[in-house]
Amino acid sequence: MERVQLVESTGEVMRAHAIGTFPNECCGFFFGEIQDGNRNVIEVRPVSNTKDGDQRRRFSISPMDYLQAEKYALEKGLVLLGVYHSHPLHPAIPSVHDLKQAVPFFSYIILSVYDDEVTTIRSWQLDEQSQFQEEEIHEHQPIKH
Amino acid sequence: MATLLIPTPLRKFTNNEARFQSAGGSVKSVINDLITTFDGLKPHLLDGDGNIRSFVKVYLEDEDIQSLDNEQTEVNQDSIISIIPAIAGGAI
Repeated sequence: MERVQLVESTGEVMRAHAIGTFPNECCGFFFGEIQDGNRNVIEVRPVSNTKDGDQRRRFSISPMDYLQAEKYALEKGLVLLGVYHSHPLHPAIPSVHDLKQAVPFFSYIILSVYDDEVTTIRSWQLDEQSQFQEEEIHEHQPIKH
Repeated sequence: MATLLIPTPLRKFTNNEARFQSAGGSVKSVINDLITTFDGLKPHLLDGDGNIRSFVKVYLEDEDIQSLDNEQTEVNQDSIISIIPAIAGGAI
């Protein structure tokens, strides 16, 4: 597993999104580069949670938003590194539902959010057996674990 | 030649190529061409019956092929086809 580095304000963008959409789940993409065993996240693009029904426990990203993200990465010469989403009032651990929908290669950053505070940010990636393994995650500002 | 955009999570099966060119005249023939070239992709795109997996969407330009003629949708040399994995999840 590579190490995820949240460069500059990228972690703050995710936090603000998670708090702004509370009590619903937020979601979005992040882009960057892979270098020397690090996944450097240099840009975050929030997208709408398009899940029909209870968005406090579920998120879904529209195919068009996904397509735009892939095209954006190609245009900018960046790597689409993964997807972030929040778990309001729940820990930053992938659920069975998260696992069922996960795809290889992507880092899945999960933010645990309680009202106006993101208490934990953790990152996960599928291994060769299609099970989530946690990735080390770093950012300029301290992360609470 | 139609162009097929490979989503980032599947590029490990295409030698990191983001685009694939095919002379196929339909979505189905382009995807078959892709799978023949990169056989590691097959289980990620097709189910046991050879149909496109339920977690995978295929778009021609900005339209879901399900709203066109599904896999039989015709393509031409200017067509851009995108493979789109379903992205979803949730806390519990």
